Amino acid sequence: MSAHANLERRRQAIYGWLLLSPAAVLLTVFAFYPSFATLWSSLFSRGTRRNPTEFVGTENYADLFADPTFWLVVKNNLLYAGITIPVSIGIALAMALWANSKISARGFVRTAYFTPTVLPMIAAANLWLFFYTPGLGVLDQIGSLFGLPSVNWLGQPETALWAIIIVTIWKEAGFFMIFYLAALQTIPEDLKEAADIEGTSRWTYTRRIVLPLLMPTTLFIAVNAMINSVKLIDHLFILTKGGPSDASKLILYYIWEMAFAFFDAPHAAAMTILVIAVLGIVAAVQFLYLDKRTHYQ
Amino acid sequence: MKLLSTTGLGLATAMAAGLVSSANAETELTMYYPIAVGGSLTEVVDGIVADFEAENPDINVTAIYSGNYDDTRVRALSALASGESAQLAVMFSIDAYDLIEQELIVPFEEVATTDADKEWLSSFYPALMANSLIEGQTWGIPFQRSTIVAYYNKDLFRAAGLDPEAPPTTWDEMVTMGKTLTQGDTYGLMIPSTGYPYWMFQALAIQNGKEVMSGDGLTTYFDDPAVVETLEFWQSLSAEHGIMPTGTVEWGTLRQAFLEGQTAMMWHSTGNLTAVKDGASFDFGVAELPGNVRKGSPTGGGNFYLFKDTTDEERAAALKLMQFMTAPEQAAAWSIATGYMGVSPAAYETDALKAYTAEFPPALVARNQLENAVAEFSTFETARVRDGLNNAIQSALTGAKSPADALAEAQEAAVRLLSAYQ
Amino acid sequence: MKSLTKFMDSFGAILLAIIWIAPLLFAFWAATHSTSDAVNLNLFSPWTMDNFRVAWNGAPWLKYFLNTFTLVTVILIGQFILTTLAGFAFAQLQFPGKDYVFILVLMQLFILPEVLIVENYAMVSRLGLFDTILGVGMPYMASAFGIFLMRQAFKGVPIELHEAARIEGCGLLGILWRVYVPLAKPTYLAYALVSVSTHWNNFLWPLIVTNSPDTRPLTVGLSIFGAPENGVDISVISAATLMSVAPLLIAFLIFQRQFVQAFLRAGIK
Repeated sequence: MSAHANLERRRQAIYGWLLLSPAAVLLTVFAFYPSFATLWSSLFSRGTRRNPTEFVGTENYADLFADPTFWLVVKNNLLYAGITIPVSIGIALAMALWANSKISARGFVRTAYFTPTVLPMIAAANLWLFFYTPGLGVLDQIGSLFGLPSVNWLGQPETALWAIIIVTIWKEAGFFMIFYLAALQTIPEDLKEAADIEGTSRWTYTRRIVLPLLMPTTLFIAVNAMINSVKLIDHLFILTKGGPSDASKLILYYIWEMAFAFFDAPHAAAMTILVIAVLGIVAAVQFLYLDKRTHYQ
Repeated sequence: MKLLSTTGLGLATAMAAGLVSSANAETELTMYYPIAVGGSLTEVVDGIVADFEAENPDINVTAIYSGNYDDTRVRALSALASGESAQLAVMFSIDAYDLIEQELIVPFEEVATTDADKEWLSSFYPALMANSLIEGQTWGIPFQRSTIVAYYNKDLFRAAGLDPEAPPTTWDEMVTMGKTLTQGDTYGLMIPSTGYPYWMFQALAIQNGKEVMSGDGLTTYFDDPAVVETLEFWQSLSAEHGIMPTGTVEWGTLRQAFLEGQTAMMWHSTGNLTAVKDGASFDFGVAELPGNVRKGSPTGGGNFYLFKDTTDEERAAALKLMQFMTAPEQAAAWSIATGYMGVSPAAYETDALKAYTAEFPPALVARNQLENAVAEFSTFETARVRDGLNNAIQSALTGAKSPADALAEAQEAAVRLLSAYQ
Repeated sequence: MKSLTKFMDSFGAILLAIIWIAPLLFAFWAATHSTSDAVNLNLFSPWTMDNFRVAWNGAPWLKYFLNTFTLVTVILIGQFILTTLAGFAFAQLQFPGKDYVFILVLMQLFILPEVLIVENYAMVSRLGLFDTILGVGMPYMASAFGIFLMRQAFKGVPIELHEAARIEGCGLLGILWRVYVPLAKPTYLAYALVSVSTHWNNFLWPLIVTNSPDTRPLTVGLSIFGAPENGVDISVISAATLMSVAPLLIAFLIFQRQFVQAFLRAGIK
């Protein structure tokens, strides 16, 4: 009997690994191996005609930490994440609450909110370029109707990053709204009825019942948003290319620029490792901390 | 079991869909090129290539349009780095140092060995060869070249009481006329400071008598007093004289702004000429840039480069293609279609260009400016050094830093980057 | 009081909706009017299809469209196969190290192909897949998100059905194909919609890996078209943008419910 069970277990193990192998192979080839290769190449210097490549240990990292552009890019990305994550989550929540309630033109509203999600970021950038053009652009034209001066949204260091942030929020909020909608629809009706009977205001109901119940969704969205705050840089290619004076440069764009425009793969690799490390740490912290505070139904 | 065979079939189909077709016995050339204006000019290139293939049946050319100069460089070098074959590309004239450092290109002296070839090498305007002559050898062949020119709105000149046939020829005239032309929503002058600010800055610097880099790509002069003075002048155009908008002026939409009458004068590439001509609803003129200590403009645009990782047959074929595309008739056709300059004096002697320039004199302005033209900004580590200069210019124009401080910073960074090469 | 709240709600929601859809509306406006009229917002200026004509002639959009279509299909097929196999393994089979491997799989959620762009690009070249559709798609096929979804879906299948099929003499793969896959159809559909819209709109990785118009997808084609050297023409760019988003947008508008349901379902997990 036990021999049979053992055989069965062995069979399962073999099958298990067999079924897993295609995915495992691809994951190794395109995720795990490149991670290690990146780490390895970040420890060497860049090879040129005059100086062939050689092992330099942490010198590339030291170079990065001494580079003011690197710190500016980090600061930009932190600001970018710090604004887009909460604001898009907040707007998404409002959108979901509205789209779930009994307002008129609910279908139109929901479609309008979700439409930016089906557009590629590049297309979104083109659309917003029309808005941001100084003088001729829509924002300035509307502004001039109210007597406001023309603002060079993309051409000033003060406003360039904000312009980028707005495009990201516009693109993301609708996507997150869907997750909130799903969660809202799982909240049983009787909770609302009970609240109404007790005479609680809508605001209190939302704050003390709905929001806590939405915590798992919020956590999921927050992780997504955090990954996106590193990943979403497509619009930089069209709108600012990281300028003016690196005011809107984000780290993935800088990595791309370092590797493909400056031909400096080792420094790009060093930055990549730093990004992965930070993402991993933040994700772990988020999971541990927020996990404690969520209410699961 | 069904799953597996479906998988196999699926993968096989997918691979078939992705495979590139194999080469045959002809010499295959792959050429990457940028187009400076979006769109249908790829047809013009395709046409030229078809003509070439007709004359040379043993050469097969695949011309790949790859976006703007930056895109094209990335594309071509990505292809090479990943083992794809590419024999030649039209890339920025200023990429030369980086391409040499990465050991990617060959000098033309190695392949242009016959007398006819050598004659062809020396048939181009010397000013256009300035960016290609490095360490005594020729690394690039001019194809789509330009200088900056001053476009101006003759109707607005008339309305302001200025002579429409007398655009400014000195900085002082430019400022005075600019003030007269700045009324209401219209500015007198717009010089773009995004996109390629260093290019515009070079023009101003040379007009003030100073080149911003040395001819060997090893030294920059950003903190030279004349250069600092130049940036201060540029800044004063908006801050003090009010003839230009404050902050940065957007490269991409400047042409549209000019066509909408938002500015009476604009500095832009001659490559915009055909587009302006087709889009202007008013009488416009094109003039050489005004001078201060002297007149001048940097050249711009793209050169042909020949890659190192090529066989002798491929090099010979590529050379033939380049000679064909820069031959006077082709150069003339390209110039008329785009507004870029004819790259050789012979091009301007062709009937086509003679007729065109007789009918449309602005097409000659860029060529005439070649007399006072200098090489475009190019050094080792050119992208990063240039970035430093661009940032300095934008910081000064947006008021974030003073010109002296901004340029000092850029110079410090440049010295650091270039020290490895000296 | 209640009707005032309802009115305020509706008003707020609709105002936000209009703001949200404004960029698309303006793009439509710009694309159908000449550039000069568009930027000056001359409301009663004539409509024109010229911009679409110029944009259409300016790049091989049909080829780009076909490339994108092929790309999302290839990726989807790969994903279906890989995530089904792996998801099943995680859901119903016991094998040593299962939990550790699952954590490794989840880590892939962070290690995006975009972040590892330089090394992945070198890898793709090494495999000879540079400038091929397969090269663009391969890094995405072992999708951690997909594996996770399939695992959840398969876990929900009653064990009795599994046993019943086994008694009938099916091998493991037979059981998978006959029992689990059909029951997970809604999840497949949901995943398909999410995957297609994600990869239809993907930009940075295809930008690096594709080099020629033969493999270039719509997003890269649009970026090349929209960033020429000498300046942009807002109307033509708007026309080109609308053309390239039209297929997915129209599909979305028609199949709205399914789209939303798909994302809902994916999100609940």
